[in-house]
Amino acid sequence: MEFYMLDSTLVVALMGEIDHHTCVAIRQAVDRNYQKKRAKNLLFDFEKVTFMDSSGIGMLMGRYRLAAIGGGRIGLYNVPKDIERILKMSNVCKLMKAYSNKQEALKELA
Amino acid sequence: MPKRNEMQIQFLSQSVNEAFARVAISAFITQLDPTVEELYDIKMAVSEAVTNAIIHGYEDKEDGIVAIKCGYQDKVIDITIIDEGKGIKSVEEAMQPLYTTSLEEERAGLGFTVMQEMMDEVEVCSHPGLGTTVKMKKSLEK
Repeated sequence: MEFYMLDSTLVVALMGEIDHHTCVAIRQAVDRNYQKKRAKNLLFDFEKVTFMDSSGIGMLMGRYRLAAIGGGRIGLYNVPKDIERILKMSNVCKLMKAYSNKQEALKELA
Repeated sequence: MPKRNEMQIQFLSQSVNEAFARVAISAFITQLDPTVEELYDIKMAVSEAVTNAIIHGYEDKEDGIVAIKCGYQDKVIDITIIDEGKGIKSVEEAMQPLYTTSLEEERAGLGFTVMQEMMDEVEVCSHPGLGTTVKMKKSLEK
């Protein structure tokens, strides 16, 4: 997992499989970096994510809340087709948009 | 000649085994030469059922037993996930989308919804105090 700031947005490059087990570490690392870097928005890069089940939806909903409390918004990009399906199923796309690329996401979140 | 095969695994109710369960089922199902999408669907459904067993059945106690039986006849796959945890009081209620009992733990309440979406049939049998059995069926494309 990699973190970097672009203006007030914390970009999180997620990796590998997102399930109930791996969500624990993801949640902790994202929250710690969000606070430490005093970020406003959260942007998740899904390029290197190979699997995500509904535990990942719970994790994203929790991070939406975190960003909302910080006065920011949350976005996703590079979402693989398989993962897009569960995002649609969960209606989580009402809380966060999946953008086609980083530039578009940053423009929209700013 | 109809193809028929069966396998069983069991493991402790530790979250690290969620990935193990997905890999084990994938390796077995690969014998049928499924599409990438079909394999992904099955992995999703297994992941949800095993996660439910660990979180809800055993309430994160790590010494419970989760068993998976998997078999196929031609292109029809049967997967059964069994735990001997606390069981579900109302299966009907638990299968409602967005139903969740763990509010503090960021659960989406989508486990059964995902299983139903990914598989052709999902049947849940549960008795409080005795455990839960989830039976799922999926036919692969011709």
